[in-house]
Amino acid sequence: MANVLVFAETRGNALRKVALEAVTAARALADATGGGEVHALVAGTAGVGSVAEQLGQYGADVVVTVEHAGYTNFDRESVAATIAERAKSGSYRAVVLGFSAQGRDLGPRLAAKLDAPIASDVTAISASGDSLTVKHPGYANKVIATLEVKGPLAVVSVRPSAFTAEPNAKSARVEAMAPASDPSASKVVVKEIAEGGKGTIDLGEAPVIVSGGRGLKAPENFKLVEELAAAFGNAAVGATRAVTDDGWRPHSDQIGQTGRQVSPQLYIACGISGAIQHLAGMRTSKTIVAINKDKEAPIFKVADYGIVGDVLEVVPALTKAVKEAKAGH
Amino acid sequence: MKIAVCIKRTPDSESRFKIASSATSIDETGLKFDMDDFASYAVEVALQLNEKQGPGETVVFAVGPDSVQETLRKAMSMGADRAVQLKTDSVPVDGLAIAKALAAELQGGGFDLVLFGKHAFDTSAGVVGTATAELLGIPVVTAATKLDIAGGKGTARRELEGAAEIVEFPLPAAVTIDEGIARPRYPSLKGIMAAKKKPLETKPAQLGEARVVVKSMELPPERPAGKIIGEGVAAVPELIRLLQTEAKVL
Repeated sequence: MANVLVFAETRGNALRKVALEAVTAARALADATGGGEVHALVAGTAGVGSVAEQLGQYGADVVVTVEHAGYTNFDRESVAATIAERAKSGSYRAVVLGFSAQGRDLGPRLAAKLDAPIASDVTAISASGDSLTVKHPGYANKVIATLEVKGPLAVVSVRPSAFTAEPNAKSARVEAMAPASDPSASKVVVKEIAEGGKGTIDLGEAPVIVSGGRGLKAPENFKLVEELAAAFGNAAVGATRAVTDDGWRPHSDQIGQTGRQVSPQLYIACGISGAIQHLAGMRTSKTIVAINKDKEAPIFKVADYGIVGDVLEVVPALTKAVKEAKAGH
Repeated sequence: MKIAVCIKRTPDSESRFKIASSATSIDETGLKFDMDDFASYAVEVALQLNEKQGPGETVVFAVGPDSVQETLRKAMSMGADRAVQLKTDSVPVDGLAIAKALAAELQGGGFDLVLFGKHAFDTSAGVVGTATAELLGIPVVTAATKLDIAGGKGTARRELEGAAEIVEFPLPAAVTIDEGIARPRYPSLKGIMAAKKKPLETKPAQLGEARVVVKSMELPPERPAGKIIGEGVAAVPELIRLLQTEAKVL
């Protein structure tokens, strides 16, 4: 029986999807060790503790709230120090967090601070005796490694969307904790946040992704992709490396081996040939649709549903049909 | 500035991979190895900073067997001044163990800046740079897509999910480098010749115990073969029907 500490990531004092996935993974791990507790730590400005009830609904026994006016932006140094202090204060089997932008940054800091081995970006976790066994896709998702993580305490970050958040109601006790280091003492200081487009859904969280490639022929034709995404209502827009390298779209939109790796419910590839670089970032999507004029394009080898045709004609027709379907026609 | 760049040697990412008969590693037969893409961006950033800011030194470090010497030479042919190999028979998958070896070597080296790739293609874990900085007790900025150094201070841009942040930090510091920051130069013939005479030091890597080990490796399940459902706009109604009734995503 061992407790598991989980960092529940928030944005604007609301839980992110990956936070509940991490709590679910932590719950399963605690249960696998014979029924330990899950302690979820949240850090934010005043009021972030309001997520405690939701964390309890997903399986947290204790919610540790760390509120500080200095936590307006992500304070990596203070938050890492605070999670590490909490981890040292109890006999935890593992610290679990999401492999998000924040989690990628925090995980290795925690490993070094706690002198604990770390497994990043895992898609499965199990406990066996003194070690944890995890699955981690490496080589840009082309190889899946099963890793043994030895020792009494480990840091584990979970791949977004690999675990499905499951309700598992507990009446969570809430404990307030002060930051382990004053945010004003942090050396890395956020000067500015450049927000993405209004109302955009993050690629890592969107259930539907509509992506565009060179087949769109010109940057202005990307609006066809944006319109299709808008028709779904819950879709994010992605792009290939060729397109981001040419400056049609920002680098942050790039899906592929060197960009974001995504696993949405539905991935629609518009004018994308399907270079290995791109496939590495989206081949784990549940359903893949491809629209491309070249019927020999490698994207059709992975597409559940392929349409051979001109994206400039098919995409607008699809947008119209999706709107009609959504409207119940 | 005195800049350290920690680099890794990884197989060509466009390769088709097979699992070795041991089932605990990939089969390296026939694979082409080179400096990891993100490491090459880090080397380029270091060279550009020192070119822009006048006299400095760029030192490259790699943990690994003697095959990493080729990768270190490549960094020197791009323009790095000298190289250090931290020798080990094989590179562990335990990122913290690697970080300990690098931190032991970098400690007291007087570096203003320590650069890394944001992660390496093979382990895709992104542990080493951040953990090394923590062990050294210096600030670290991860996954930078822009980096400027002026007046003993650094400014970096990081892409977040759906946003970006601009951060400031004092030196000495560590930065892990993301894509889009700089295109790595090709070594010139002159650079390749010069690199042969540049110092490459070899020392044992102080790795410590590897607590993350590979139990097995497998290839991911193949997706079912793709299916073309039709041509042009005429195929759209069938696609909608399949998305609604078969895939149930609409």
